[in-house]
Amino acid sequence: MTTKIVTSKSAPAKEVEKDASMVKQKEMMAAHYDRLTSAPETGEKVCATFVPGNLNELIMCFGLVNNLPEVNAIQNGLRRQSGSYVLEAEKIGHSEDVCTYVKSDVGMMAKGNIAPNGKKFPNPDVLLLSYTGCFTFMKWFELLREQYKCETIMLHTPYMGDGKITKNMIEYMVKQLKDDVIPTLERISGVKFDIDRLRENLRKSTRAEDDLVRVLQSAKNKPSPIDGYFGGIYYIGPIFGAFRGTDDAIDYYRFLRAEVEERLAAGKGPVTPDGDMPKERYRLVVEGPPNYTHFRQFWKMFYDEGAVVVASSYSKVGGVYDFGFRHDPDKPLETLAEYCLGVYTNRNLPQRIDMLTNYVNEYEADGLLINSIKSCNSFSAGQLLIMREVEKRTGKPAAFVESDLVDPRYFSAANIKNRLESYFQMIEQKRASARAA
Amino acid sequence: MATSLNGSKTTDIVGRAQALFDDLSFEAARQWKAAQPGRKVVGYMPIYVPRELIHAAGFLPLGVLGGGDQLEVIHGDAYYQSYICRIPRSTIELGVSGRLDFVDGMLFPSICDVIRNLSGMWKMMFPNVYVRYFDVPQNYRDEIGGNYYVNELAELLHDLGELRGKPVTDDDLRHSIAVYNENRRLVRDLYTYRAQYPWQAPAPEVYLILRAGLVLPVEEHSQMIRDYLAAARDEERARRDNCRVVLTGVFCEQPPLNLIKSLELAGCYVVDDDLLLVTRWLTGDVPIEGPPLQNLAHAFLHHSESTAAKYEPDLKEKGQHLVRAVRRSGAEGVIFACPSFCDPALLDRPMLQHVLKDADIPFIAFKYAENSGQMQPIREQAGTFADSIKLWSGT
Ligand code: SF4
Ligand code: SF4
Repeated sequence: MTTKIVTSKSAPAKEVEKDASMVKQKEMMAAHYDRLTSAPETGEKVCATFVPGNLNELIMCFGLVNNLPEVNAIQNGLRRQSGSYVLEAEKIGHSEDVCTYVKSDVGMMAKGNIAPNGKKFPNPDVLLLSYTGCFTFMKWFELLREQYKCETIMLHTPYMGDGKITKNMIEYMVKQLKDDVIPTLERISGVKFDIDRLRENLRKSTRAEDDLVRVLQSAKNKPSPIDGYFGGIYYIGPIFGAFRGTDDAIDYYRFLRAEVEERLAAGKGPVTPDGDMPKERYRLVVEGPPNYTHFRQFWKMFYDEGAVVVASSYSKVGGVYDFGFRHDPDKPLETLAEYCLGVYTNRNLPQRIDMLTNYVNEYEADGLLINSIKSCNSFSAGQLLIMREVEKRTGKPAAFVESDLVDPRYFSAANIKNRLESYFQMIEQKRASARAA
Repeated sequence: MATSLNGSKTTDIVGRAQALFDDLSFEAARQWKAAQPGRKVVGYMPIYVPRELIHAAGFLPLGVLGGGDQLEVIHGDAYYQSYICRIPRSTIELGVSGRLDFVDGMLFPSICDVIRNLSGMWKMMFPNVYVRYFDVPQNYRDEIGGNYYVNELAELLHDLGELRGKPVTDDDLRHSIAVYNENRRLVRDLYTYRAQYPWQAPAPEVYLILRAGLVLPVEEHSQMIRDYLAAARDEERARRDNCRVVLTGVFCEQPPLNLIKSLELAGCYVVDDDLLLVTRWLTGDVPIEGPPLQNLAHAFLHHSESTAAKYEPDLKEKGQHLVRAVRRSGAEGVIFACPSFCDPALLDRPMLQHVLKDADIPFIAFKYAENSGQMQPIREQAGTFADSIKLWSGT
């Protein structure tokens, strides 16, 4: 399933092969940004919300366009614009210590709020503060509310402190949805809530979720046909973004699954920016978000060494589907609650450790690598214990590197490369001693 | 302290509070527990837990606030990267060094992701301790957030009942609510008195007196406040030509005592602050009559302090608590002191500063860590701030 694409007019004509899923995703993203930036003309209303706890199926019931500030920050990171945005935010009084997603967003606003398509982002009509998995979300939307002066809806997801979802938690969330979130969205959009429309959207989500899980779990094969972290970031894009519950997402994941199955049948490894990955030498599980300002350089440090990430926690940040959860159209509000409760960073530390241990074992990985993000307490606080514990439970070596999401000042290529090299050596030594034994 | 006479009553009382503050092994709490078989101690971290529930079970609530500037952190650093605040690592240090080995339960309130994740770490590291992440509602409607909170409280109460081997009754709870109402009233009296006569009740003393309430049984602490207030009223102390400030951002990781002292020495009387909010989180008396958990929930939803960890649903209200604190205490400016790497304090700060600007209230800001040693820069900054305030008020 490939399409021939001719790259931009100004560049010398060079043909690259793109998978149908990649083409599809590009089109979806471009269309989405166009829809967003033309909202002032079309009259469509915009709802900003977060990736974890993203209630796209519900938002669509009201005809609202979903805008996700983390995705914008990522785009700005990949385009190397976030650095200047972060500095701008610091100049206007934001601390150097806090989450750089927030600062990238605030800085982008201060510098004209330009979307990746070069047009201005519209002001949101509503901020749906889906508060799950990260404290910063609350402050982030309070900061945006201060700027936009628009309506803000808090949807509080309790933390899974005891590693379980209780009846009280679900009831609390369903009540918030029924009595607060839905009536406010109705008022803002002028559209009456239709539970059947929600069910239909949820039904569509489930189909895409099934395919996503098949894709992610294909990494259990040797060699793995996918990279579940660097590649995984592209795979999760549509479902974590503005497309869960749409036909587009169903198509995208169908294409993607077919491509991955094709690669699997052909015994191929993952696709990288430099083409097919050569021989798989190391299989890793990665915990923590990536760095986006040097994304390719970071990834290259892995594939140059034949290291493939077979599973990652970051690819679960907008929803954990690989342990069985699917959106359930038969209990539409409860399922939204369950989804929000179950996102990766809303799970307690012992659950995160269990998950990562399970990945190392199930995906037959050589060990766990943690990319600790300087400005993200939600992920980072506790990672050193996670590392030791997973190492202890699996008997596989673990390693720790540090960077930041979208602040280029905290990406030290030499440091990370050194650490990775020593880590790969450590894995080799482990293998050698296992063979000797 | 510096301005009180040696051997005066305040010196004695503050001396006792200082000894409790200095004791990183919690001897007083250990003795309390050892005094009677079956006694238990339940620790809690900032920012708020309903201590009434712990008290009603017959247990001692014990505030755990990190290790301050006197604790040598040997193990704690192995658990945290350099870009995470200090309080979790020194708290871990207290745990792994055995200083909390007499603590039967630990509550980790919903304040930030660091404390949240620490709750899971505690579960793993101290499997014999009852550990609970204490979530509170961010929705303030009685039938939504209120119901949720009542059920959470009921779960906690149930667990505490199990811990003591006998359920906690409504009457137990009512009694505890009354005891804590009294304590909160006294804390408020102390704050009002200090706002009026900050030279009579200097901020470092008020802090120590308050802090004693995190390790002493509440009844004893109430008596301590009464004694301190009476003694302070009885004494004539030298009045400095200081300006009056509200200190904010200090709600979790504790500023070193020296920092608070430095502010006063630099010319700033602290007339209000957000230190140890648990001591006055609920802003009015909780009714004794009626269902106690509902009463506590109602007080939480409608009559509690504002702080960074709590969502403010109304844009117009955002930050107004700080303006009110300034007006109420007659302060002339605000000092933002935030722990390094503290998301709640640092993310909230720009919004609060905008509100202060609109209200024409001057402010300065700096960061600290619980073990900051160098006070000179802070003293200089606060000194300049005090001078400029005096200059403004002079013109
Ligand atoms: S999860 Fe981390 S990166 Fe995302 S908003 Fe929260 S602190 Fe920032
Ligand atoms: S100091 Fe701030 S970041 Fe650190 S634990 Fe306390 S509230 Fe959280």
